[in-house]
Amino acid sequence: MARRYDSSTTTFSPEGRLHQVEYAIEAINNAGTSVGILAKNGVVMASEKKITSGLLAQARTSEKTYKLCAHATCSVAGLTADANILIDQARLRAARYYYQYQEPIPIENLVEHVCNYKQAYTQYGGLRPFGVAFLFAGYDEAHGFQLYQSDPSGNYSGWKATVIGANNQAGKSLLKTEYGVSRREEGGGDGDEMKTDDDDDADPSDAIEMPDVAEACRLAVKVLNKTMDGAAASAEKLELFTMTLDENGKCVHKILSREEAKAVIAEVDAETASAGDT
Amino acid sequence: MDTVFGISYDGGGACICGLPVVVLATDQVNARSILMYQQNLDKIAQLSSHSAMGVSGPNCDLVNFSEYISKNLKLYELSNDGRKLSTHAQANFCRGELAKALRKGPFQVNVILGGYDDMNPRGGSLYVMDYLGSCTKAKYGAQGYASNFCLSIMDRDWGEGMDEDMAVKLVEKCIRELEMRFLINQKNFIIKVIDKGGMRTLKFGADPADN
Repeated sequence: MARRYDSSTTTFSPEGRLHQVEYAIEAINNAGTSVGILAKNGVVMASEKKITSGLLAQARTSEKTYKLCAHATCSVAGLTADANILIDQARLRAARYYYQYQEPIPIENLVEHVCNYKQAYTQYGGLRPFGVAFLFAGYDEAHGFQLYQSDPSGNYSGWKATVIGANNQAGKSLLKTEYGVSRREEGGGDGDEMKTDDDDDADPSDAIEMPDVAEACRLAVKVLNKTMDGAAASAEKLELFTMTLDENGKCVHKILSREEAKAVIAEVDAETASAGDT
Repeated sequence: MDTVFGISYDGGGACICGLPVVVLATDQVNARSILMYQQNLDKIAQLSSHSAMGVSGPNCDLVNFSEYISKNLKLYELSNDGRKLSTHAQANFCRGELAKALRKGPFQVNVILGGYDDMNPRGGSLYVMDYLGSCTKAKYGAQGYASNFCLSIMDRDWGEGMDEDMAVKLVEKCIRELEMRFLINQKNFIIKVIDKGGMRTLKFGADPADN
């Protein structure tokens, strides 16, 4: 019965569902994992690169992390070909905003624009939805560092730490227990609520103390270690990205080199090994 | 034919922490060709709670353009969770629209736009632009025939650390000069101040609401 409604992306099934959109969201749950973590002084994103063949030439640039403008970067989970279209849209939007106002675009404005574009494909006929989920990391003057997640339906939400892609449930549960853990050990909040709500004043998660960028990097690797199902994260298989501010208040985007990534992974390994001793 | 002034100033008692504040002033004449229609026109359009622009030009373009800009900025506020554009962004948007219109029957308006920002950089700022779409940030500016009389006065009397009282006195000095030397009769002027508390009308020669 449900099959009758599968072929048309924009028709509700009798149960009130849009199957194609749900399948697109499901497809991403099998894609390479991306984790994003908001830090005190920046944002960290880490992605798993799925190595398909040893014969494949190494990508010279990043595979999963794309700079959108001077103060925003996104990390992709899903079909890279679909993502490229959306990334073009995002870059265009950011540049047009700057052209019109001579001022950097607010991050949420950028995210909303990309998501509106995605949403259109769940409503207008004959086209399939984009099979992409994004993590957006960005900085703006009004709200500082921000992290957003979006899915093929066009929904987006702001987070302190989140995971998209394969095994994201396992990753999220690890983040729940580990994000801001140093504070909680001192008897802080319970940390169950991680989502940053719009009315952020009343948000109980404000009690969580944010990690710094180095700490967030280690946590991101830990999460990927878990989501990659035992196959320990190696520097070849993951892409670590950090966004910080320099002394002039300008955004610094950085994809960690293989050596730097190795160092972070080694730190995580040492940490977990010593934790096992006690 | 119209007269538009803008002066930004810092220091003094009226503004706390020595942040710059802005005064805008225009004449209140609405005239075309040899005919004067009214003498209580308000040519200073409020753009948001903390910004306004003084506009000179034919009444049709003046009203059309200032409404177009102010409503578009309001639309931005509504579609962005109440977030307001900075004065810098407002000025660049305004300039962009003038430049866009230039190639398809321009808005014949010259603008002095002033505003007060809560953050980065905090304080008031003033932007002077013409119908050709050139825009510059300035400490003070004047447009129309009046600039021939008034820019030299502002050059001489404007100084760092002026307070509101001194800035308004400077505007009034310019107005007196126009009364004395300017051929065209501009009986009434309206003066508005934009500071931390928003925009307020300081004084006018004839009430714009009085019709």
